[in-house]
Amino acid sequence: MHVRRIIPCLDIKDGRVVKGVNFVDFRDAGDPVECAKAYQDAGADEIVFLDISATSEGRDTVACLVSKVAEQLSVPFSVGGGIRTVNDMSAILDAGADKVSLNSAAVKNPSLISEGAEAFGSQRIIVAIDAKQKAEGGWEVYTAGGNNATGLDAVEWAMKAERLGAGEILLTSMDKDGTKSGYDLELTAEISSKVKIPVIASGGAGTYEHFYDVLTKGKASAVLAASLFHFNEISIPKLKEYLQKRGILVSK
Amino acid sequence: MIAVIDYGVGNLFSLVSSLRFLELDCIVTNKKEDLLRAERIILPGVGAFGDAMAKLRESGLEDTVKELAGAKPLLGICLGMQILFDKSYEHGEHKGLGLIPGTVAPLAADIGPALKVPHMGWNRLEIVRDDQIFKYFTNGEWVYYVHSFYAKNCTENILGVSEYGVMVTGLVCSGSGKVYGMQFHPEKSGNAGLRLLRAFAEI
Repeated sequence: MHVRRIIPCLDIKDGRVVKGVNFVDFRDAGDPVECAKAYQDAGADEIVFLDISATSEGRDTVACLVSKVAEQLSVPFSVGGGIRTVNDMSAILDAGADKVSLNSAAVKNPSLISEGAEAFGSQRIIVAIDAKQKAEGGWEVYTAGGNNATGLDAVEWAMKAERLGAGEILLTSMDKDGTKSGYDLELTAEISSKVKIPVIASGGAGTYEHFYDVLTKGKASAVLAASLFHFNEISIPKLKEYLQKRGILVSK
Repeated sequence: MIAVIDYGVGNLFSLVSSLRFLELDCIVTNKKEDLLRAERIILPGVGAFGDAMAKLRESGLEDTVKELAGAKPLLGICLGMQILFDKSYEHGEHKGLGLIPGTVAPLAADIGPALKVPHMGWNRLEIVRDDQIFKYFTNGEWVYYVHSFYAKNCTENILGVSEYGVMVTGLVCSGSGKVYGMQFHPEKSGNAGLRLLRAFAEI
């Protein structure tokens, strides 16, 4: 059974959930622990935390937050954003995160992937790729939250990340992100068919069908969405019911 | 008291959080005397087989674990389960603890090209043979896996399986009835996983 995963993403800034989560009544909609627990109860298969703090003080709050989350959560979660060294990875993983995701730092220093895989095991290292379509065809990798064009081809970079020991690829289409016009099926299918490791599709979800499409045509192993879930435009239980009806295996 | 062996391999935090959530008395330790006085032992682990065996050996606990294996309940989780077997073919050939007959082999060779490796995510655990470990577990409940290798040639010891291109050995028990192994992560498998841990604590 290839059981696909539904993964909500929580953006964290200075230890708080950005914009909050509004799909249930919270005492504190900005508390990462409460938000994560609510998602766990709603049937999320995993949870992704993305730290978008701009300052090192902001980032320091993350390791401490990770422990609180790990104490409360009984499904896996990953943490990404601002992770630059093996020590950074170690701090987050030792605090109880199941996985870390590397993005800009891995592009700058690809050996970080192999060092992380060696120290903690491949399955705990996600390589996050932000990709944007090129005018001449293909996709280019961007870093620093989409600000820096790297000149790297996204498909080749994904294959290299796998060779270096990444256990999973978190693939975000910058063209689609925030548009609600559907995932980039072509990009996702291209990368997923070139690597053996699972690909989590991100960016562009707006309807139930978008999820179905990226899990079938896009060959994704997992789907990630943020605001769509946060604002209850689509709920995880209903999405799972829909996918199940259309013949996609999902848990619970 | 449950002793969770800390030999430098794996994510102990979640496991210990789960045991504490269940209000089970536990310690994280790399000391022989703690294993001797513990009622039960958990051997966790993520990473590579050879590396984990080397670290267990370096910690000086390999022989203690082998000695105690028939005397008190022992639970290996994920890689900690794999090293219970005779040997593994992960990056070469490595000798395991030999507490359960069988070998550990790459999934990719047996599941066909269409499926991803690692086998990562939720799967149903189907009970093959009933056992006290399933005291609070219902057949077909969901558990969380992350692995690229799996145990085979161990049919007689299999209690539970999950289908992933091949019948993946999910839960095993030694002939002595004292040594258990879970390929999935009970500490990451929500309520169902917690109930398996509770049952282990009552064996």
